[in-house]
Amino acid sequence: MSDVREALMVGRGSTGKQVRRPLSPHLQVYRLPLTARLSILHRITGVGLAVGALVLVWWLVAAATSDAAYATVSAVLRSPIGYLALFAWSVALWYHFCNGLRHLGWDFGHGLDLASARRSNMFVLAGTAVLTVLTWLIAIAAQ
Amino acid sequence: MANPNSVDVAVMRSMLSRARGLGSAKSGTAHWWAQRVTAIALVPLALWFVASVIGLSHQPRAAVLHWGAHPLNAALLLAMLVALLHHMQLGLSVVIEDYVHVPRTRLMAILSVKAITALLLFASVISVVRLAVSF
Repeated sequence: MSDVREALMVGRGSTGKQVRRPLSPHLQVYRLPLTARLSILHRITGVGLAVGALVLVWWLVAAATSDAAYATVSAVLRSPIGYLALFAWSVALWYHFCNGLRHLGWDFGHGLDLASARRSNMFVLAGTAVLTVLTWLIAIAAQ
Repeated sequence: MANPNSVDVAVMRSMLSRARGLGSAKSGTAHWWAQRVTAIALVPLALWFVASVIGLSHQPRAAVLHWGAHPLNAALLLAMLVALLHHMQLGLSVVIEDYVHVPRTRLMAILSVKAITALLLFASVISVVRLAVSF
């Protein structure tokens, strides 16, 4: 044992036998509540949006480079897979946006009790759905 | 650790030296704070950017050049790119710190994220500048 934190991981069981304390939470034991699932989703959408940032930079560089380069980006983004990716990124963006606002609220100490967290779960999910639908309705109307 | 039930603790460092290195040493919250500041900045910037991209989505490159040539758009683009890429780099670093446990691999992964993010930032800033002066 080489670290103070390791010492804290050792205790005695009910029989008095020295045991290594279990780590908590056990992802494989608990049924994750919605708040926990949404918390993990914040991270997953963040990583997904980082991939989207690559495409965003590609789009900007292409726009600054040439008509041919811009045509290539446009063709990729307007392909079926391109539209699917754009839709996924729009969902990820609005989820990360809404849940990020909730996180900022939590940082200020608002809505930290369980009832409020359950209520804000619904606001985050509803906000994501409304903003995503709104984005695509406006995008389609603008065509 | 060879024996998981072993309790012999051989720690030669005091708790104080650990606290000075990792604890509340006035800089421990810098990462957390930068993540919040960039998050707050991205709230209006993301809304503006999505609205702009929707407006440009059905238009040819000439419209993007015209849009990027406006100084206000160029300034907002630069602000968004700095906030976005910094926020992204901070977030990805935390994800790596949480899931990559081999110190050498972890360091390499974090440095790679920082390097790639820096290059993305430089490439996009140069592109924005080029759009801004291309009228």
